Amino acid sequence: MTVLTSRRDTRPPALPEPRGPLSALVTGALRGAPLRTPPPAPDAYGEDLQLALYVLYELHYQGFDGVPDDSEWDPELLALRAALEDRFLSALRADVPASADDTAERVLDELQLEPVGDDGGLSYFLREHGTLGHFREYAALRSLYHLKEADPHAWVIPRLRGRAKAGMVAVEFDEFGAGRADEIHAELFAALMADLGLDTSYGHYLDEAPAEALAVVNMMSLFGLHRSLRGALVGHFTAVEVTSSPASRRLAEGLRRVGAGSAAVRFYTEHVEADAVHEQVVRHEVVGGLLADEPSLDADVVFGIRATGHLEDRLADRLLAAWREGASALRTAAVVQGA
Amino acid sequence: MPNTPERPRRIRVQRDGPLLIEGPVEIVGEDGEVTVSNRFTVAVCTCRRSRLLPWCDTSHRRRTKRGDTA
Repeated sequence: MTVLTSRRDTRPPALPEPRGPLSALVTGALRGAPLRTPPPAPDAYGEDLQLALYVLYELHYQGFDGVPDDSEWDPELLALRAALEDRFLSALRADVPASADDTAERVLDELQLEPVGDDGGLSYFLREHGTLGHFREYAALRSLYHLKEADPHAWVIPRLRGRAKAGMVAVEFDEFGAGRADEIHAELFAALMADLGLDTSYGHYLDEAPAEALAVVNMMSLFGLHRSLRGALVGHFTAVEVTSSPASRRLAEGLRRVGAGSAAVRFYTEHVEADAVHEQVVRHEVVGGLLADEPSLDADVVFGIRATGHLEDRLADRLLAAWREGASALRTAAVVQGA
Repeated sequence: MPNTPERPRRIRVQRDGPLLIEGPVEIVGEDGEVTVSNRFTVAVCTCRRSRLLPWCDTSHRRRTKRGDTA
């Protein structure tokens, strides 16, 4: 990698367009309107609730243009967030499959089995059939996470001890560029976006992202911000690291096939190699260390793994349904189509 | 990570997986080619199926037909 300067606008993004009464209430409150009694809670996975929750979580990351930094700790907004989190978490607990004989070890063993041939998932579709337009849409939606890659997971560090902490910090150090700003994975993703002709400003594509894409990121923030969900955060992080390496290889192959630039390909080839290491460290040290210290968290680790699969499957279904119809998966198709 | 008599370099060996070696690491191949990784830990392929040799790319994983995992 040669010189990669930070050309991105460092101002936080603009508040998004509301998608219903709840998200309108939240964005209105952040513009200074009084926080009225929230409307009845809508669908836990729906556009309105997921956007409202996303905006409230974003106050803990980079915030929004024109919104005071200390809105992060506004007690009324925190109370509203808690109510929305309760809806989301209850839906996840109800919908994520659980069985009494599941253990983290067994579920991770299953996750490490690779399907023979095409499993019908997103990375297979993109490898075989993805166009440059599909990859641009995929990157625009994933940018909500990848431009803050590994940030939600950093919150778990003070909740861990011993082997789990040392392993988690080692992997996070790698995610954050191992001391080199131009190797931060979020920077590598910005370079991928630039290669694909996308806007690399933080949060730029929030209005484009459907609820299924927001829910994946909201899950990370939910697990990261709650000490009581440290087991779920570790399970989620492990699921990401274990599934990333083979999926990244498929995405790199697809990007080469459509003639994407070297920075775009490099983001995924780096993840093939890095995550082959990370999955080992996370399994042996982070999961192993956490469950040696706190064996009662085994079921939460399983929940975090399964919740990740549940929400990733919902996102994949949404994207594949649109793409198979020849439609855009973005909320307003004009932005990145046409490549 | 310094490799001293007081703190020897740790290598984790697994039956079905890569060697995990504390980095940085230089690997010298049969043809004399040297590959360097500065990662905190490196995963060195032992199954020889990796397309990223000498590094692991998870190609050692067992394969399953769809639906066999439950």
